[in-house]
Amino acid sequence: MSRRRHSDDSDAGQPHKRRRTSEPSEIEERLESLICRVGEKSNSSLESNLEGLAGVLEADLPNYKSKILRILCTVARLLPEKLTVYTTLVGLLNARNYNFGGEFVEAMIRQLKECLKVNMYNEAVHLVRFLSDLVNCHVIAAPSMVAMFENFVSVTQEEDVPQVRCDWYIFAFLSSLPWVGKELYEKKDAEMDRLLSQTESYLKRRQKIHVPMLQVWTADKPHPQEEYLDCLWSQIQKLKKDRWQERHILRPYLAFDSVLCEALQHNLPPFTPPPHTEDSVYPMPRVIFRMFDYTDDPEGPVMPGSHSVERFVIEENLHCIIKSHWKERKTCAAQLLSYPGNNKIPLNYHIVEVIFAELFQLPSPPHIEVMYTTLLIELCKLQPGSLPQVLAQATEMLYMRLDTMNTTCVDRFINWFSHHLSNFQFRWSWEDWSDCLTQDLEKPKPKFVREVLEKCMRLSYHQRIIDIVPASFSVLSPANPVCIYKYGDESNRSLPGYTVALCLTIAIKNKASNDEIFSILKDVPNPNQDDDDGEGFTFNPLKIEVFVQTLLHLAAKSFSHSFSALAKFHEVFKTLAESDEGKLHVLRVVYEVWKNHPQMIAVLVDKMIRTQIVDCAAVANWIFSSELAHDFTRFYIWEILHSTIRKMNKHVLKIHKELEETKARLARQHKR
Amino acid sequence: LASAGSVGAAMSSGGTLSILRSDSYAELSQYRDQHFRGTRYDQERLLRKSCTLYVGNLSFYTTEEQIHELFGKSGDIKKVIMGLDKVKKTACGFCFVEYYARGDAENAMRYINGTRLDDRIIRTDWDAGFKEGRQYGRGRSGGQVRDEYRQDYDAGRGGYGKTVQCQ
Repeated sequence: MSRRRHSDDSDAGQPHKRRRTSEPSEIEERLESLICRVGEKSNSSLESNLEGLAGVLEADLPNYKSKILRILCTVARLLPEKLTVYTTLVGLLNARNYNFGGEFVEAMIRQLKECLKVNMYNEAVHLVRFLSDLVNCHVIAAPSMVAMFENFVSVTQEEDVPQVRCDWYIFAFLSSLPWVGKELYEKKDAEMDRLLSQTESYLKRRQKIHVPMLQVWTADKPHPQEEYLDCLWSQIQKLKKDRWQERHILRPYLAFDSVLCEALQHNLPPFTPPPHTEDSVYPMPRVIFRMFDYTDDPEGPVMPGSHSVERFVIEENLHCIIKSHWKERKTCAAQLLSYPGNNKIPLNYHIVEVIFAELFQLPSPPHIEVMYTTLLIELCKLQPGSLPQVLAQATEMLYMRLDTMNTTCVDRFINWFSHHLSNFQFRWSWEDWSDCLTQDLEKPKPKFVREVLEKCMRLSYHQRIIDIVPASFSVLSPANPVCIYKYGDESNRSLPGYTVALCLTIAIKNKASNDEIFSILKDVPNPNQDDDDGEGFTFNPLKIEVFVQTLLHLAAKSFSHSFSALAKFHEVFKTLAESDEGKLHVLRVVYEVWKNHPQMIAVLVDKMIRTQIVDCAAVANWIFSSELAHDFTRFYIWEILHSTIRKMNKHVLKIHKELEETKARLARQHKR
Repeated sequence: LASAGSVGAAMSSGGTLSILRSDSYAELSQYRDQHFRGTRYDQERLLRKSCTLYVGNLSFYTTEEQIHELFGKSGDIKKVIMGLDKVKKTACGFCFVEYYARGDAENAMRYINGTRLDDRIIRTDWDAGFKEGRQYGRGRSGGQVRDEYRQDYDAGRGGYGKTVQCQ
């Protein structure tokens, strides 16, 4: 939703023309800036800033009411981490101008309906929470908020609707209670009890088969990976037991109580949840990721428990900060570290936990993986005395729990850790992990270390890796990524095809053409003699072997050399690999030559797919063949497979789009 | 002008806040290639739609493979072109990385620029597009200009700058 369209880019590029008539839009920018920046670090107190801003906006209402409404609705939707700052602001405005308060509430309801219609459910939650906090600011009457929640909870009675639809309405209700539970319960306890009881019975009967799929660890110890609604329910139950006392959320409106309680409240109009349609797409269910508890930071402030509502609010807000600032890593790091309550909560631990929660999220992280690596590096720069230690502690804990970690998450852990180390001279206390040396090499811990070292090598070079690990770790060190050329040694001259290989080598070094290569290869006998149809174009594995081995060996110097070789002799490749067996055999030979250098195999396979020497089906057949079974659990195999599937998907999307465009053009032609 | 309509319209057309649009890492820098053939306007137009990045401050020993591994983290790479000393034809500390999709290049600008490769903080910038000849250093000795006049000792970039070496 916050994705810029590229048409916006070109506007930004034009030299800014200052037109005399653009004054209103300058004022709008100024208003937006004033509103967005309130609550940031300032010399004055938040209360006096809010008071001042309320005065400015009130004065601007006659001329800029619709713009102010739009800006406030937008911050309600997009800056949930500053929820209470803006509800206070709206409260102050409502106290000064009742009609404005009413119009704002109406605008919010319209925006909420629109969000639900276009499947913007995550933002709709922010709007619901905003509305509920407006009860605390005396803008909205509590009974009308309860009535809205009654309509939300009654969605669970609908028949033949996806469970995720009901889930969302329950989530919107429950997740607002940390902010407004106290006030609603004080005013309407019987209704609230009924809602909570209906919620409880829904939660008991809903299906949770998605949980094992989404859990990062299969083990329940030390922290169970709870289903998100179950966790939230436990948190709300505990909150209720604590008589709705919530101490973490910053509530600026408390300072203005005398002003706000004089304000007249508005009633929310009756809100009917829009019906389920074919186009409705609800958010996926989640599992709550936890890796820390209060025992992990014995020196510092106590970490709120997993079923405390404080934990929920902190995590929500930190996730929102990342969502707001993911493109600006320095801003993101600074905003995370300036989250209020720094000295009352172990903020570094919360931040690290939230970041790993996103990195390990299944099926995919909300943002590109490399963002999290760089964000953690920025955080280490800003807190060099504390954050690296938390990160090291986290790494150690993740390592200890590898045995029950989801494989996809292990892959992400490997990618993150190796990339992180490459920014810190690969400094790590490897000896602490010596326990893995006594285990079978296929077990998770030694396998993890092997894959990490392999990835570290890709970012540096082989000798560097030998140097950074203790000698005892040599069994886990990656192979030196050298090419294996079977016709290289004189001792191999008895191999079939040896002389042709020599001949080819000389020819290629003398810049032979594709035709010359073909004529040299004609002399290669076909071990599948009976299959030969006389045309010479049937599958001849020996021809493929001799050609591919020789060429790859000659081009072994770098990726660019190999790519040039593939391009120059594309015709030969296409001909030799015309059949499915041919394609499969090309891949086999590539593997034989480069099995010490998985990175090279991956880039060659990629290039061969893109230049249509092999196809995706051939790659799949090769990966799942019995010859590759021994490497089946190696990371690089899955890198290649995922990359191949991604290319296939992109290709399908592209030609689908072309098909639609052609159909549209044809339709236009017929109209003429 | 009904407030209702403008709020709804602003939202459904993707209305956002300028602080959330901020994307400073992906913006054009002040640098413009002086050898570019064409107008400043042409150059900037190409920079804004480019999928190619210039990468600087590499060690002379950094390989194409390392660059491919690091920059592959933001998306599929179409091509890496190593920068070469014009005389020696050896790596001289820069390269071009071309992606298939601009979005992947943007992510490299956001998350790989300013991080380390071979223990060195590398710098990425938008490039208008590779042309034959641009793979060579433009310094008088054959390497990059910055290595001509550099006063400090940099083991990864041939030691002292060329002018210092000649003293």
